[in-house]
Amino acid sequence: MSSDHVILEMRSITKEFPGVKALSDVSITVNRGEIHAICGENGAGKSTLMKVLSGVYPFGTYTGDIIYQGRNVHFKDIRSSEEAGIVIIHQELALIPELSITENIFLGNEPTKWGAIDWITAKKTALELLARVGLRDDPDTLIKNIGVGKQQLVEIAKALNKSVKVLILDEPTAALNESDSMHLLDLIRGLKGKGISSIMISHKLNEIEQVADSITIIRDGKTIETLNVVADGVNEDRIIRGMVGRSLESRFPDRTPHIGEVFFEVRDWTVQHPQVAERMVVKGSSLTVRKGEIVGIAGLMGAGRTELAMSIFGRSYGNFLSGHIYKDGKEIVLKSVADAIDHGLAYVSEDRKALGLNLLDDVKRSIVSAKLAKISSGPVVNDSKEFGIAEEYRKSLRIKTPSVNAGVGKLSGGNQQKVVLAKWMFTDPDLLILDEPTRGIDVGAKYEIYGIIQQLAEQGKGVILISSELPELLGLADRIYTVFEGAITDCIPAESADPETLMKSMTSARKKVQSI
Amino acid sequence: MSEDTSTRTSALGDLKKIFGSGSSNLRQFGILFSLIAIILLFQYLTDGLTLSSGNLINLVSQYSYILILAIGMVMVIIAGHIDLSVGSVAAFTGIVVATAMRDWNMPWPLAILLGLVVGMLIGAWQGAWVAYVGVPAFIVTLAGMLIFRGGNQVIGNANTVPVPDGFTIIGSGYLPEVGPNTGYNNLTLLLGLVIVLAVIFSEWRARRVQKIMGSTPAPLWVSIVKVVLLCSVIVYASILFAGGRVGTSFPVSGIILGVLVLFYAFVTRNTIFGRHVYAVGGNKLAAELSGVKSRRVNFLVMMNMSILASLAGMIFVARSVASGPQDGLSWELDAIAAVFIGGAAVSGGIGTVIGSIIGGLVMAVLNNGLQLLGVGSDWVQIIKGMVLLVAVGVDVWNKSQGRPSIIGLLTRKKKTAEFPAEPPLVVPDSGTPESARPQSTLPN
Repeated sequence: MSSDHVILEMRSITKEFPGVKALSDVSITVNRGEIHAICGENGAGKSTLMKVLSGVYPFGTYTGDIIYQGRNVHFKDIRSSEEAGIVIIHQELALIPELSITENIFLGNEPTKWGAIDWITAKKTALELLARVGLRDDPDTLIKNIGVGKQQLVEIAKALNKSVKVLILDEPTAALNESDSMHLLDLIRGLKGKGISSIMISHKLNEIEQVADSITIIRDGKTIETLNVVADGVNEDRIIRGMVGRSLESRFPDRTPHIGEVFFEVRDWTVQHPQVAERMVVKGSSLTVRKGEIVGIAGLMGAGRTELAMSIFGRSYGNFLSGHIYKDGKEIVLKSVADAIDHGLAYVSEDRKALGLNLLDDVKRSIVSAKLAKISSGPVVNDSKEFGIAEEYRKSLRIKTPSVNAGVGKLSGGNQQKVVLAKWMFTDPDLLILDEPTRGIDVGAKYEIYGIIQQLAEQGKGVILISSELPELLGLADRIYTVFEGAITDCIPAESADPETLMKSMTSARKKVQSI
Repeated sequence: MSEDTSTRTSALGDLKKIFGSGSSNLRQFGILFSLIAIILLFQYLTDGLTLSSGNLINLVSQYSYILILAIGMVMVIIAGHIDLSVGSVAAFTGIVVATAMRDWNMPWPLAILLGLVVGMLIGAWQGAWVAYVGVPAFIVTLAGMLIFRGGNQVIGNANTVPVPDGFTIIGSGYLPEVGPNTGYNNLTLLLGLVIVLAVIFSEWRARRVQKIMGSTPAPLWVSIVKVVLLCSVIVYASILFAGGRVGTSFPVSGIILGVLVLFYAFVTRNTIFGRHVYAVGGNKLAAELSGVKSRRVNFLVMMNMSILASLAGMIFVARSVASGPQDGLSWELDAIAAVFIGGAAVSGGIGTVIGSIIGGLVMAVLNNGLQLLGVGSDWVQIIKGMVLLVAVGVDVWNKSQGRPSIIGLLTRKKKTAEFPAEPPLVVPDSGTPESARPQSTLPN
């Protein structure tokens, strides 16, 4: 197996986080001068694997071997892997907007002469590097003044400067438009010709099909298979099958849905990116929710699910451009979160710690915080009512806390999430938008939260469930919308949905769906 | 088991409850002990001069305006801002009021009203910049510091403007003598009595509320010890205040301060607005996603600060019988120091009015005691600086060690021994390592 043309081999890599086994016995072999794609669902362990490789998780925090150029290597940080020629380019670019292209290329690696930076050499080298990546901009241009596509090229130039042998690209085209993507992919192909291997993580399966030589599929932290694109005749469908091909365990409470009539509707919803005016994060999306119905939204990371949800919830994300919301047959205008709450909407954020809770607060104050007026006489909050309500939720949702006076910051993820759910249940909403409600929660608490979600639907409330986990959507939702690049691409009833059809609609623009 | 954990607290733990709820009360408890220790230390070093009638009366009237500033400042700091302009705003209001009374013969009650309106307008100006334009409060109030200091000197021609006698009551007035000659000031004694009754009532009510909430209050003897301790302090203090030189008693400015403390402690602890201030300071994004109008909160907090600053300025002018160009110099620093010694967090979200008052008293007693000892103002500054640094340093260090304070450490050890806590949180921040990307305010 190990021969001259293998540059990198990761053998039986296992990486555990407290309570979660992120990678278990994952192996991957990368040949010299090939483009190796790694595919898998959100959370399958792709990024973790790359972090192991690049030294973000240093040697000793994982088990298994990394054989690089025939030697067993132990990287202790990113710097040591970069010195060896393995460079990772993250999805969020690590460039400094206020510095020039040259300064960014040489950041942390500045050529010096007598202790001062040798700008002449730097600029000369920068020009050569830029020529190699096909960027014709003045190297003195500030990073903030060039587009994302060009920034991506600067990142690659920076990697070339470190005499890269293995280039890792995490979702390199996620933020790029069609032509920038093509250029980037061409460049990666060109590097291959010069003997540089690339490892590419991408959700865009058509791109992978175009450029990759071999594909390793990871699922649930395990290597499923490695495919040779030409020899195995790989196409998108084949990749999808590998990515999702798992059985759905029965880990959802039983429920017989009692679905009423449509009471909530969003029509032609379009939202601009808050900073980049020409970028639409939500494009002409329409959806409906019925009473007692759990509506799933499936989409890959960055597809615009959260943006859609938050913009509906009182325009709390992006710049609202156009669209209408109808509730109970009447059009409503939600200009602020307070409006949304008053109209019976609730939004449970995907980022519990940053957006969902004030971690300095205690449990009882957190639970009532979204509708203080309900327990107040005039401006004064009634402490004993607050305590009583918090106790009620603590018991009914089985929040494990020493008392409702304890700080929420000290609770476990699952219990924090229950506090967030209690907070929104307390506002007595008609429609709950749950954004990744089980992210970072252990299995037991997940099951309980599924139960809570089903109860809410049973009470006749509408639930919009956004999730990256397809089994979760298939197990809970009555109907699933798929989102791709800001647009709703499909609406599939739960009976006829399966992971393959969902994944197809999540990875390609399809027919525009008018809600059923 | 969980029912008992919160309520079955030690006597020490119960005493802490005097100072509000939340995680900062351990800190306040520690600082209260420091205050008592400092008082006793100076009482010893000055041969009893510290706790004499004259000194106590002087202490209150000399520091009441700083403490009033600390009330507003703690709210600003809880919301995550800072106000550097308070000294200048105080000086500006002082000169406006003094000039209005001198040049337009404005009656003094009206002049006080004018002063408050001036404070409100300044606060609205600064609040608008902070809340609606989004300029950091540090910058806005740094500008305000210059603008209103200059404004004071423009209006007063950099001169001192005297104020009429009636006005001086808010700064150097005392509770009047009424009733039979007892050798003490009767009103001050009455005030002490009222406070004693209020303490007993509030303790009784607290126990009743606890019972309604279904939790077992601390044992009765704890409450009794607490009430007796507090009441004896109050009785002792009122006798001291009432037994001063004839014509002096509890200062009017102290009464203004007391009313404000009660009012703002209530506002911050028990009103929707108070909750919103903590929410905005603790996690602005989460607060906004819960329907809190954070801009409005920031605006009101900044405005409130300037109103209190103008009141403090007027009290100072009344006390020194004139408004001058140097009034209120570096008051902002005293107020900010008081708030941080009182347990507030620089990053916002944490702090209490009562804590800040205790913090302010620590500084006041320290200042006063060192002066009584004849320590020069050079050394007083050095010592005050060290106290600030050490107080906050100990706090930060304790937090990084995962315990709130030394007192907290003691009570905590006991707690964990009695009630084994839930198993520690084992799940990483975001279960799938893939999503453990850098924190950003934007959704994915």
